[in-house]
Amino acid sequence: MSVPHVLMETAEAEAAIRRLAQEILDRPGSAASVVLLGIQTGGVPVARHLASEMGRLSGQTVLSGDLDVSMHRDDLDHRLAPAIHSTSVPADISGKDVILVDDVLCSGRTGRAALDALTDLGRPRRVQLAVLVDRGLRELPIQADFVGKVVTSQPGDRVDVLFGDADRVVQVVMSPGPTKGILP
Amino acid sequence: MTWTRKHLLDLQSLSAGEILEVLDTARHFKAVGERKIKKVPALRGKTVVNLFVEPSTRTRISFELAEHRLSADFINFTAEASSLKKGESLKDTAKNLEALNADFIVIRHQAAGAPHFLARVLNAHVINAGDGAHEHPTQGLLDLFTIREKKGSFEGLRVTILGDILYSRVARSDIWGLQKLGAHVTLCGPPTLVPRTFEELGCRVVHDLEAAIEDADVINLLRIQHERQRRSRFPGLAEYTALFGINRERLAGTKPDAIIMHPGPINRGVEVDSEVADGERSVILEQVTNGLAVRMAVLYLVNGGRLPADEAA
Repeated sequence: MSVPHVLMETAEAEAAIRRLAQEILDRPGSAASVVLLGIQTGGVPVARHLASEMGRLSGQTVLSGDLDVSMHRDDLDHRLAPAIHSTSVPADISGKDVILVDDVLCSGRTGRAALDALTDLGRPRRVQLAVLVDRGLRELPIQADFVGKVVTSQPGDRVDVLFGDADRVVQVVMSPGPTKGILP
Repeated sequence: MTWTRKHLLDLQSLSAGEILEVLDTARHFKAVGERKIKKVPALRGKTVVNLFVEPSTRTRISFELAEHRLSADFINFTAEASSLKKGESLKDTAKNLEALNADFIVIRHQAAGAPHFLARVLNAHVINAGDGAHEHPTQGLLDLFTIREKKGSFEGLRVTILGDILYSRVARSDIWGLQKLGAHVTLCGPPTLVPRTFEELGCRVVHDLEAAIEDADVINLLRIQHERQRRSRFPGLAEYTALFGINRERLAGTKPDAIIMHPGPINRGVEVDSEVADGERSVILEQVTNGLAVRMAVLYLVNGGRLPADEAA
């Protein structure tokens, strides 16, 4: 593949996020006990979008925050130091149902780092993972509980979720080239 | 901006973007220090040697705690109880430490350029923790971090550095950093300790205290370094205090939001009296807190830095 290939347009992505919101609400447990944590950076707008969608559907406020996993990554020896972004957790997560949110799930290494980063912040009652796109190619035994869309990709491809104003997904594209941050 | 440097040797060679990268990174490490669990695994399995050929307490402790919080292992090597006392060269000492698979050498040395020398002969990451009267880059960075936290930005900011400039590595790191970020630097103190030659670095040199501090946004007081002066450069401490010591009366002649900084340790009653040092305009203890965050950020960033030769390997 030599040119960017569009995997999702805005309408499809928004429908996927609405469906994810409904699926999360349909699982056992109340909306009030949920804390969504978007993984920096791509997971953050997805989590915010998801929280507002869940709020609209349930009529309850759904808490949403940001989680940076740079300091917990397992590849810090193999790359330039990744830029650190903020971690802001809206409430004490101990005893809560935390749903980690990311834009793209691939190797599972980010998810693993997120679990470690989360452990430093408290002990949730339960942790689940929601992603907009699952592109396969797992390197660790990590699976998402809620998936917007499954796509097939090659290790040499990159998948990017492009965001516009107000956390809207503009497009999800796949293009050739290394995943960001990894040294060639 | 992505940090690519393998070492932190000085601020003179950093770009404004690189300095801001450290400050941005340090902001997040400061937040880690405010959590219940203050430790992250970023440098797990790494070995750091704190090679303090010249004695230091606060800088070494700050580095040690930064290393702890990043989950690194470290050993302290001090000149008093070491092979350097037996005549071993710095290069041999450092090579021996590297043979123990040290990944980082944090070096404090009385000779300017010692960290640069080690960076040339070792494979480990080298961090300058103060070399002679040359630079003290992590102190410079923590000063910049503190100023940014208090003042928001550097553009057009007036910073006065007061005291023993001639012998101060802190002053040199501050000057380089502040000027790269767009601040105006005024230096003040006795002419013997603040020579006009500093004008060549783009600083304003003033020997009258009132003129130096009346329009300053930041007043950074440097310690009179008895140990670095081979012969006295001024008649006495009492005269220094009379002419340049900061007290409440003198503070009254400054901008109401001017902050007071000091790298420590303070000579209370010499460069500053206790009322000002402990007063609400003083950010001296915040500098200590920020130093820890800045040192964590530096260790984290240089860990990812590679020299071009290393990438080919």
